[in-house]
Amino acid sequence: MEITGAELFVKALKEENVTTLFAYPGGQAMDLFHALYGEKGIDVILPRHEQGLVHAADGYARSTGKVGVCLVTSGPGATNLVTGIATANYDSVPMVCFTGQVSTALIGNDAFQEVDIVGITRSICKYAVTVRKREDLAETIKKAFYIARTGKPGVVVVDLPKDIQRAFGSDFYPKEIAIRSYKPNTSVHMGQINKALDLLSGAKKPVFLVGGGVNIAHAGKEMTCLAELTGIPVITTIMGKGAIPSEHDLYVGNIGIHGSFAANSAISNCDLLFSIGTRFNDRITGKIEAFAPHAKVIHIDIDAASISRNIEVDIPIVADAGNAIAALLEKAKHLDISEWVEQIREWKRNYPLSMKEEGLTPKKIIDAINHHFKEAVITTDVGQNQLWATQFLALNENRQMLTSGGLGTMGYGLPAAIGAKLGNPNKHVIVISGDGGMQMNIQEMATAVVYELPIIICILNNGYLGNVRQWQELFYDRHYSSTCLRFRRCCEIGCSQPKHDCPEYTPDFVRLAESYGAKGIRVTKAEDIETAFETAEKNTKGPTVIEFIIDREINVMPIVPPGNPLNNMILESEGYGE
Amino acid sequence: MKKRWICLLVENEIGVLARIAGLFSAKSYNMDSLTVGVTEDSSISRMTISLTSDEKTFEQIKKQLSRSIEVIKVVDYTDLPIHMKEILFVKVHGCTEEDIRELFRISEVFDVPIIDYDGTTVLLECTRTENKNDDMIRLLKQRFAGRLEIVRGGSVAIEAVSSCER
Repeated sequence: MEITGAELFVKALKEENVTTLFAYPGGQAMDLFHALYGEKGIDVILPRHEQGLVHAADGYARSTGKVGVCLVTSGPGATNLVTGIATANYDSVPMVCFTGQVSTALIGNDAFQEVDIVGITRSICKYAVTVRKREDLAETIKKAFYIARTGKPGVVVVDLPKDIQRAFGSDFYPKEIAIRSYKPNTSVHMGQINKALDLLSGAKKPVFLVGGGVNIAHAGKEMTCLAELTGIPVITTIMGKGAIPSEHDLYVGNIGIHGSFAANSAISNCDLLFSIGTRFNDRITGKIEAFAPHAKVIHIDIDAASISRNIEVDIPIVADAGNAIAALLEKAKHLDISEWVEQIREWKRNYPLSMKEEGLTPKKIIDAINHHFKEAVITTDVGQNQLWATQFLALNENRQMLTSGGLGTMGYGLPAAIGAKLGNPNKHVIVISGDGGMQMNIQEMATAVVYELPIIICILNNGYLGNVRQWQELFYDRHYSSTCLRFRRCCEIGCSQPKHDCPEYTPDFVRLAESYGAKGIRVTKAEDIETAFETAEKNTKGPTVIEFIIDREINVMPIVPPGNPLNNMILESEGYGE
Repeated sequence: MKKRWICLLVENEIGVLARIAGLFSAKSYNMDSLTVGVTEDSSISRMTISLTSDEKTFEQIKKQLSRSIEVIKVVDYTDLPIHMKEILFVKVHGCTEEDIRELFRISEVFDVPIIDYDGTTVLLECTRTENKNDDMIRLLKQRFAGRLEIVRGGSVAIEAVSSCER
């Protein structure tokens, strides 16, 4: 039967089991929206901005493991996706983005709302393609979903010119596809696994370093088994956090410039670093020359290009983390390393992640979330709020954190939570955001209200772009350059500290929430945290915003100063930099 | 740092050249030359890329090329027996009688044909290795500096069938 390209598009989505589509219409996408009209099997979600849209699809994908699907129009619709595409691709999130495009005959003519989105996104996605012939449409869409979800997952952009959407052609949609230039690795090299196990058996001070690859492979349970079987302590990156329960006896903490002292010390002193699914980003290695100086390194990663790029690896294993861990589980043995394990525990006891006891602190807020919500998806924004979340959230198989780890995109938290809630209607979904990031996609509050999504939006308001302010305080002579969000024209130039009479914060988040039709609560005292969460939990009809007024200059501690080795940490900010 | 050669088989699609070139610029990889043309199979294009890099960067370049979706195969020609040629045209402008005699001598000694000539301008065609073409340019620059017009095609390379000659 002959159908239009737009009708084939809808058929393809159904064949790919797409039940939620994040979509914003426009001139060059009207035929696609026309074909979607009244479609029962696909929940078409209309956010308020394409950046919110793409982060929502990202949050949906990360929290469900399914491919997130976006549909926008050409030109500005497409360019508004760019930050979200880079965000998702950097964290290996499977996503397919359909962009409308001007008719093939007009491409290159500087037509209205024409941009070369394939050219623009080429370096920030896994694959991007313009469909130029109606007969290629079905295969291209099939290919897009296959590439997005297999291997190291990523974002695929499919650009659909208007004439292709309107042209009649076959209704055939392939069940399978083989791409000669793309063969994702599904096997594990047993020779390399055996070499790794040999090296492991002789280690006196081994650690596992677990990255996002383990979470993407949904191999948390197996990873926990492997840790228990071998008795080796586990350190995670921010993206790997939660692969093993945060409260597990063998869990040490996060590595990195805001990692725990115990984790960073363990890395700096280990004799074997067994890393799985991490790319050794500069934020986790600190000064690269001094990274794990005494260690032999085993590195499992699905991406060969991640191996021996930043640090030299002794035993490389190119494989999916889940497959590799399964292979290791068959042969791994328990190691007698009790002294080493005890040493790490001592570091952990002596230098725990902590925060001052007085007042309404981020730690108390996050502890309350841990205590109050046993099953939840927690999204973060970027900055101090994110770092505190990565330090203090207790994750496990029922409590997942979504965060923009690679790109560090402010404005991610709220829209990602919308996607997560749509994909997990029965779980609590909580946003941990700052007052800065909150305003970068605040328009999505309307989306959460109209789709009646009872998400809980925690805004940790310190009136600053706190993470940059913290760096300015510690490393830039306390020059608070463009970081105060309470600044007004009347303020003195070069103000470098909060005062008792600083201008009022704008907007008033509580009244703003109410004007959107959400519930707004302001918390200024630690005693009111619990009540606020209880009230929020009872609001099942829509979102609740809880604005927490926190200390203006509270810092994320400990921190490795730039250019320093991991174990050279500032533990307390008091007095530093003065 | 070492001179290196890559043979790249890619899908013959719009945008693939941009993808490969973009990879080099995005990651700050140095590229000396790139040639591309369609192969015996019209759905496949073949690129010859020459570059100068250290071992570690080169390993990374090969891996990055391999993981590009449109790349079918990456072959490292650096230490393989290959045949390699680069086309080079050199025009020498404003020649005197003396210059012309010298150019005809160069043509004879180095076996580089003069393919066009109008009394004051001489056109040489060199189809030799990249290194030999570099030598030819150096030689011509000594005598004809400021009067040269040079166009180079970039190297094409193919694995040797029998010998180890390059």
